Amino acid sequence: MPLLETQGLTKVFGGLHAIDDLDLHIEEGEIVSVIGPNGAGKTTFFNLVSGMIQPDSGKILFEGIDLVGLAPHQILELGIARTFQNVRLFQNMTVLENAMVGQHARTRSGPIRAILRTPGFRAEEEAIRRKAEEALAFFGTRLIGYRLEQPAFVLSYANRRRLEIARAMATEPKLLLLDEPTAGMNPRETLELTELIARLRDEKGFTICLIEHDMRVVRGVSDRVICLDYGRKIAEGTYHEVATNERVIEAYLGTKAVEGV
Amino acid sequence: MAQTVDARQALPERELVPSPPVDLGAAVKWGLIAGMTAVFVSAIGMVQAFEVRSVVVGVDLGYLVLFGAALVFGYAAARPGEQLEGFLAPERGVRNVAAGLIAGLVGGAVLWLFVLLIGAVDIRSVFPSVSPQLRDLLTFGRGAGFAAAALIGGFGLVGALGGGIPVLPERIRAPLVNALAWVLAFGLFEDLFAQIFRGAKVPFLEDLLYQPGGGLSLVGALIVFVLFFAVYLSTASRRETVRSRIATMSPSERRRWVGVGLVVAIVILAVLPQILGNFLSEVFDLAGIFLMMALGLNIVVGYAGLLDLGYVAFFAVGAYTTAVLTSPGSPRWSPEMTFVAALPFIVLAAAMAGIMVGTPVLRMRGDYLAIVTLGFGEIARLLFLSDWLKPYFGGAQGILQIPPLELGPLTFRSSLDFFYPIYAFVLVFAYVSWALQNSRIGRGWMAMREDEPVAEVMGVDVVKAKLTAFVIGAILASFGGALFAHKIGSVFPHSFQILVSIVVLVIIIVGGIGSIPGVVVGALILVGAPELLREFAEFRYLIYGVLLIFMMLKKPEGFIPSRQRARELHQEEMMQDAWLRKEEEAAAAAGS
Repeated sequence: MPLLETQGLTKVFGGLHAIDDLDLHIEEGEIVSVIGPNGAGKTTFFNLVSGMIQPDSGKILFEGIDLVGLAPHQILELGIARTFQNVRLFQNMTVLENAMVGQHARTRSGPIRAILRTPGFRAEEEAIRRKAEEALAFFGTRLIGYRLEQPAFVLSYANRRRLEIARAMATEPKLLLLDEPTAGMNPRETLELTELIARLRDEKGFTICLIEHDMRVVRGVSDRVICLDYGRKIAEGTYHEVATNERVIEAYLGTKAVEGV
Repeated sequence: MAQTVDARQALPERELVPSPPVDLGAAVKWGLIAGMTAVFVSAIGMVQAFEVRSVVVGVDLGYLVLFGAALVFGYAAARPGEQLEGFLAPERGVRNVAAGLIAGLVGGAVLWLFVLLIGAVDIRSVFPSVSPQLRDLLTFGRGAGFAAAALIGGFGLVGALGGGIPVLPERIRAPLVNALAWVLAFGLFEDLFAQIFRGAKVPFLEDLLYQPGGGLSLVGALIVFVLFFAVYLSTASRRETVRSRIATMSPSERRRWVGVGLVVAIVILAVLPQILGNFLSEVFDLAGIFLMMALGLNIVVGYAGLLDLGYVAFFAVGAYTTAVLTSPGSPRWSPEMTFVAALPFIVLAAAMAGIMVGTPVLRMRGDYLAIVTLGFGEIARLLFLSDWLKPYFGGAQGILQIPPLELGPLTFRSSLDFFYPIYAFVLVFAYVSWALQNSRIGRGWMAMREDEPVAEVMGVDVVKAKLTAFVIGAILASFGGALFAHKIGSVFPHSFQILVSIVVLVIIIVGGIGSIPGVVVGALILVGAPELLREFAEFRYLIYGVLLIFMMLKKPEGFIPSRQRARELHQEEMMQDAWLRKEEEAAAAAGS
């Protein structure tokens, strides 16, 4: 059974079929890249999987459980975490607090235990902090040390992207959805992140699905590439298979003008 | 901020541009504002009304307000602009004093023109306060010629003094301004301090500081000034080190100090009402009840970011539940319980009210939420007022005969007694607020406040988080209502006007949203101070309004802001700080 599977997934905005009868699957332990021209429905696909919007029809199965109708926090609890294309951190919370929020769904203490400061509560807080720091430490020294107590908005752009990934990691997901993780990064940072994505799978055991425009990143990390256009899957396979696919080239560059007309 | 200055000095000197000098043209504008302010306070009768009140050695409050305008706007005119990146620190010198002088002279001239005007034209039909007595007051009883010299000269002098403040070195300036503020406070709140001296069994201090007719004596003013000047001067350097020590304390050490602070606070709270006496205890009781509500609303608005304008509804639920359960005069059903026995039911009723208000607004945000909750607040009041529920809650007649508060063998009757249960609850609520803020649920609320959809995707159950916030807020407010009912001995629908919600909201905004010390200070200042200024009758709301506008313009994060809120409103500065820090690190790295 694949980790994530969609069957006939459709989402219509007005008259626009953002996702149109989409069938795809992601196997456990894979790194899958979703590519496609602007407006192909890549981010809509992520929004559907993470429960931020509901599909018009079709199924999203995660480990055999249908996610349609579940609230975003329930989906996260099942083990799907995501990042956002336009970095959406909790700007005024510290770096550490941002990562600690990631542990919210994995912990249980309510207001009464918080007020009474029970031993269970203290132990849980300690564990939350440790896991958050662990997630942050994945990026070397970039997010720890004095940065732990800095508000998220003072971070550099690349660090914000890293913090968003750390926050998602802190939720202890099985499937990590990364929405253009290298957008806006310089070539060196991009290269570094490409290596990190591979490490995320190898060391942390996450299955990863990423949306990416930078073809060097896609080539560098993907086990499998899926290309969307107008909400439909037009190609699937290894990077080279997809990169040489007629329909993919057509989607990106347009159809050849028919000669002689 | 000191760090910022250091960092600036550490930067390499590369083509720094001199800052623009103080704008003397703008000083004229400030002078006009000063003049208009002086005219305004004269025309509405403030100067006359305050004439009877001596503050410091015969200087009455009326003149103080008048010339205070010259001081404040003289300072405003002379204040150097912000130092921007790449500029030298602005020069401070004669030019600043000149700006203050110009502002003062212009202000005095405007006021003198007003004196001429009211001498020539009778505008009493529009401004009843503009009487011959006012003219006498403004001309010092010696005619227009003297007034010209006295007003323009006096305003100019005071303006120049105000303009001189920014010129003083920082080391002197802060103690000076603080000491002057204390002198003013001692003069203004004479009743408060005199009562404290009497209560603390040191009545000779009262005779020493104040003169028989009211107001600080010369000796008194000097003592207060010198004392506070010395205290501020000697502690200025130490305060910085204390602050940095607090920042570097280990958690266990910090916990010990918090414990010490708590013991000190409890001791002070225990003896305070004995010193304050009955009237001032009453003021503090009222402030305490608002403080309980403010701590509750702080959780709803400050932590969870749910703007609730109908918060008074929960206060009313608490008060009415208490009234019905404890009063023998309850119209339909009077179990005549004790406060302790009624408590679980009060909590239950408040929690239900919280859920009733919270559930329909789960999907609303910001302005929409505010409007709907505003409606709920009014609905609650109208329900208690309605004929429909009159058999249960007594309609406009309310419920009377609520017994005094009993806790075991203790009975609390007077304002002095009530101080203890009220501030005991305040302490508990302050702890509860702190405990919730530093917990999983507190972080969930903060995340929700920052970005609700993302918080939800990151695993925060927003439905649960919102309802929890509403319920906890409701319970805190209902305790305030319960104590209020016991204290007053009766409840009427008109005690639960929309204004209560607004005042509580203003307390947390002015104090500092999301900050517990801020809320405490806000409640004491906004509820306590107007009570103490009762002698100023209708003008106190004017002062109140001016204070609010000033706060919102100059310190929108509140008196004692929460770290998070301060960050939000000063992102730009913090970004610059971070940039400077990086620059500094780079310079250090290059140097080594």
